[in-house]
Amino acid sequence: MEKELWKGNEAIAEAAIRAGCKYFFGYPITPQNEIPEYLSLHLPQIGGCFLQAESEVAAINMVYGAAGCGERVMTSSSSPGISLKQEGITYMCGAELPAVIVNMMRGGPGLGTIQPAQGDYYQATRGGGNGDYRHLVYAPATIQEAADYVQMAFDVADQYRNPVMILADGMIGQMMEAIEWHQIEKRDLPAKDWATTCTKGERKPNVINSLYIDPNLCAVHNEHLAAKYKAMEENETRWEEVNTEDCEVLFVAYGTPSRITKAAIRLLEKEGIKAGLFRPITLWPFPSKALKKAASQDSVKVVVDFELSMGQMIDDVKIALEGCRPVSFVGKAGGVVPTPVEVASAAKAAIGR
Amino acid sequence: MQIVTGHYGSGKTEYAVNLALKLAEERKDVTLADLDIVNPYFRSYEQTKVLEDAGVRVIVTSCGGAADIPALNPAVMSVFQQEKWTGVLDIGGDPIGARVLARFAPQLKPAEFDLLFVLNANRPETNTVETALQYMRGIEAECLQKVTGIVNNTHLCRETTPEEILKGARLAQDLSERTGLPIVHHAVERKFVADVANKLSEPILPMNIYMKKPWEIVFCEEE
Repeated sequence: MEKELWKGNEAIAEAAIRAGCKYFFGYPITPQNEIPEYLSLHLPQIGGCFLQAESEVAAINMVYGAAGCGERVMTSSSSPGISLKQEGITYMCGAELPAVIVNMMRGGPGLGTIQPAQGDYYQATRGGGNGDYRHLVYAPATIQEAADYVQMAFDVADQYRNPVMILADGMIGQMMEAIEWHQIEKRDLPAKDWATTCTKGERKPNVINSLYIDPNLCAVHNEHLAAKYKAMEENETRWEEVNTEDCEVLFVAYGTPSRITKAAIRLLEKEGIKAGLFRPITLWPFPSKALKKAASQDSVKVVVDFELSMGQMIDDVKIALEGCRPVSFVGKAGGVVPTPVEVASAAKAAIGR
Repeated sequence: MQIVTGHYGSGKTEYAVNLALKLAEERKDVTLADLDIVNPYFRSYEQTKVLEDAGVRVIVTSCGGAADIPALNPAVMSVFQQEKWTGVLDIGGDPIGARVLARFAPQLKPAEFDLLFVLNANRPETNTVETALQYMRGIEAECLQKVTGIVNNTHLCRETTPEEILKGARLAQDLSERTGLPIVHHAVERKFVADVANKLSEPILPMNIYMKKPWEIVFCEEE
């Protein structure tokens, strides 16, 4: 297929349509505005509905409603807007409702800036809402990957009856890259016999709820959810390794920093330092076992965690490594993106060169 | 006055920067005004140092360009008031972005400006004559001016080939025939100029790539 030039946000919106998404509810915020803009034009053309809600809180609850009707639905926002959606996300996990939620991260905390950042790692992987819930978090690093993973996210959401988050930084949303459209691998998906569709008088109405007044029933529900999350950990964990074999420095980075790291690896190579990249594609479930394996090679002197934050994923890196290697950090928060030279220098400092 | 418009992703910012630098080789008092109030990323003002080193004066929208708020720097008016200046206006990448020009309609004298429509045949929303024309008319309607020329800037970022440029040239020629508008430039990355020069009859603007992603600096140097 011929390559086309797509902007990250546009590609995510088009990917949703190709995945059968018919509904979008959201509220504008930079740097993700091309997603609602694209869908406001194209969803009505396919008989779907785009609705700009009065707030992010309203939007996520509309997503809850559409998902409850068994329809494919998406919302997108950027950091402060995703904070507002947290209540809806925990309710959707509790009520087991599939949907895709896109967070095109910007600098924080609070209103912060509109430049790229990754300060919402904790929020995405730990959950900003209440209760014992989990959802998959995909972190695309290219526009091609964004287009592919958004399509897959709808299937994964339906398979597990759970929301799925696409977590990217503003750079991924705003930049242009050549992509081609792929048919993604088909999954056997369960029928949505739980949806609150018309009974036609032939069955009892379905009820979708996250309220379990009887604590024993709520405990059973939590066991059921935990088993589901365990299945996600076993089946859906993804990562990429670049140049990791026999590397001296092992970088861990996702999204835009992983692209910068690849450039930093080239710079280090010129100075005779062999560096590799371990890139988590799912941030939850975090690819802990694979990272420990890569880092445990005799050649690895240090693991360098690089994020557009003051250090959040580094906690998962340390948990994964169980103290087997020293971990150092390089990163900036608030919308400033370190250069390949700065990242290479941090790696050199970490190995004492 | 050269006013640069087009779909976002058409590469109009890259073209505007290259055009300003080209003009600065020939004359003094070139000003580039970054009037993009739609997109906060990949903006021409990011090349302020390169431009100023070449003698180009740079005017940025408010907040130093780091915000997408609909507020204009009053300095923009100076471009219209000083007749001896050569201005390049980089306008936001869609009809809504082009609306900013309507504000200057009283200052724009038809004989004194070119309104250029930058076209990239690899952008899915402007990859046919019909959709490109529709987009162009949308920009004209919002900015209250008529486009006076077409720029073929067909590329695939770092995956561009000479064939892509020639494909874009055909689309630009079709659009030119349909509208009667001239092709002002084929904007061609410098390394491809020799490959396409004898196949194109309209002027070529050799382009250096300034609008790089943060990691591309390393890879472009290697190339």
